[in-house]
Amino acid sequence: MTFFQMTKTVLKSLFTRPATLMYPAKPANITPITRGHVSINPEGCITCRSCQRKCPTQAICVEVKEKTWEIDNMRCVVCSVCVDVCPTKCLTMETQYRKVLTARGAKDKFPVAGPKKRDPVAAPAADAAKPAKE
Amino acid sequence: MMEPQTILPIGVGDVVPKAEQAKRDGKRLVQIGCTKIGDDFEIIYVYDKDYQLTSYRITVKQADEIPSISSVYFGAFVYENEIHDLYGIHVTGINIDFKGTFYKTTIKHPFSVTIVKEDDSCQNK
Amino acid sequence: MSKQITIPFGPQHPVLPEPLHLDLVLEDEKVVDVIPTIGYVHRGLEKLVEKREYTEYVFIAERICGICSFIHSQAYVQGIEQIMGLEIPERAQYLRTIWSEYSRLHSHLLWLGCFADSMGFESVFMNSWRLREHILNDLEATTGGRVIQGVCKVAGVRRDITPEKLDEMVKGLRGIEHELQDLTNVFLHDSSIQHRLKGIGVLKKEDAYQLGAVGPTARGSGVAIDIRETGYAAFGKINFRPVVEHDGDCYARCAIRAKEMFTSIDIIEQCAKKIPDGPVDMKVTGAPDGEYFSRAEQPRGEVIHYIKGNGKKNLLRHRVRTPTFTNIPPLITLLKGCDLADVPVIVLTIDPCIGCAER
Repeated sequence: MTFFQMTKTVLKSLFTRPATLMYPAKPANITPITRGHVSINPEGCITCRSCQRKCPTQAICVEVKEKTWEIDNMRCVVCSVCVDVCPTKCLTMETQYRKVLTARGAKDKFPVAGPKKRDPVAAPAADAAKPAKE
Repeated sequence: MMEPQTILPIGVGDVVPKAEQAKRDGKRLVQIGCTKIGDDFEIIYVYDKDYQLTSYRITVKQADEIPSISSVYFGAFVYENEIHDLYGIHVTGINIDFKGTFYKTTIKHPFSVTIVKEDDSCQNK
Repeated sequence: MSKQITIPFGPQHPVLPEPLHLDLVLEDEKVVDVIPTIGYVHRGLEKLVEKREYTEYVFIAERICGICSFIHSQAYVQGIEQIMGLEIPERAQYLRTIWSEYSRLHSHLLWLGCFADSMGFESVFMNSWRLREHILNDLEATTGGRVIQGVCKVAGVRRDITPEKLDEMVKGLRGIEHELQDLTNVFLHDSSIQHRLKGIGVLKKEDAYQLGAVGPTARGSGVAIDIRETGYAAFGKINFRPVVEHDGDCYARCAIRAKEMFTSIDIIEQCAKKIPDGPVDMKVTGAPDGEYFSRAEQPRGEVIHYIKGNGKKNLLRHRVRTPTFTNIPPLITLLKGCDLADVPVIVLTIDPCIGCAER
């Protein structure tokens, strides 16, 4: 009988806690692999521009001469491709969502270390940078 | 692996007869799609029966007129209006002709230009 | 013969979450003609394929729609794999099947909530969205994204599910199955719902087939089109029957979606039993050269991704024929002859997803 089924649901809902969270007051439910936002460890970046070339929304801008790494938070779709392709693993995907933005073009710019001269790690990065110059 | 597909090339004049034949065979219209290859436009008509696709391809220029199959398949008007609005190919005799107002785009016929991939410049320059 | 008047319906309307405009030509209370207009949110995503590498374009293909996102990416990568002749690992095929059924579940629950809400049945809306939260939590725990999963990639998937998690997921689904049963029983057997839906908006079987209806809209009229039967991904190794109703009215289309949720749970359970061990992705080199029509079954019906490449990293053309786009002509036929008061209900029974339709 539908009547009794509804009663069951009603009673259950009466005696259980709300299914919703008071979101900004309480933190959202996150899992260890939740894609929240991208963050960079500036010391590890060798300005190889892999992330810039692979980014589907062109949110990342790497200046090799000025040694800066910039992300446009309004463009970023948090697909985590940049994290996958980064040769030095200096990009990480944080699980917390980014704060609410109020204006377009909210860009974060970081001065980075740039390519390491005598370090063997820099060798594959130099190869990766070649196609970009063509 | 799915089964391979073949697309049969036909002339512009065969479009309506082929559609009529497909309807007699009990096929349904799956889609009409346009592709720009160089200066030519390929239009592919796809019919389906029992999950078997039958595809016909015509190759036209932008100034050409193609006949509408909406008298055979009523539902064809959405695809034909789309081709007209995005590629600028004129389709004659559509049953519900929006006359270029199906998609109201700022740039006229936006899909009729070919985008060349730029050398990964930053978005703000 | 009374005077004809035209009423604009949409793009802003309480029952429509997305912009669809209909010009309803009325005679008294009867709709005699309908002219649809879309194009309010056309984004031209298909054109972006010329600027992006085919491997990164997966994430754009996924963003065509916010609800059936996973199946869009699945259909796209399937087409690429077919052109390049890649035989991807079986475990990846099973994982794709599991995630696509999860997204079907969450889409149908979302539709059930929105549909009930549009008729003023708000408690069903609350309850179905509460159940949907369970599905979304599982998706987030396994893929990292709630509605945009981002796990499909060319030649595999980006994440694996551990056997323990898979067991937990199946147990969780069995847990909510009872609640889902209660919810759909209440919804489908309620007398006011039946009064509102039965015999309204009847789409005849021949009409449905000839107008190109797909998905629940076609299956509600007795046309058994379900692309899952072609056996893409792991569907060929799973036992299931597409749900078909024969009345062709609004109630039949609702019943299809309500019953399909249980089919999805069953498919996920079978996949969890049969899933083989092994890698989930493989290395891919080169670029696609050729063309293919890749098909997949979305919650709303058959989706077609036409992919044409010429051996370069950027594809020549990616054309998506979404289910809502082809369900517009049947919608027009449905609306002719109905009462004005029934228009919102009929529009929602085809589950319109305008974001999909306009790419």
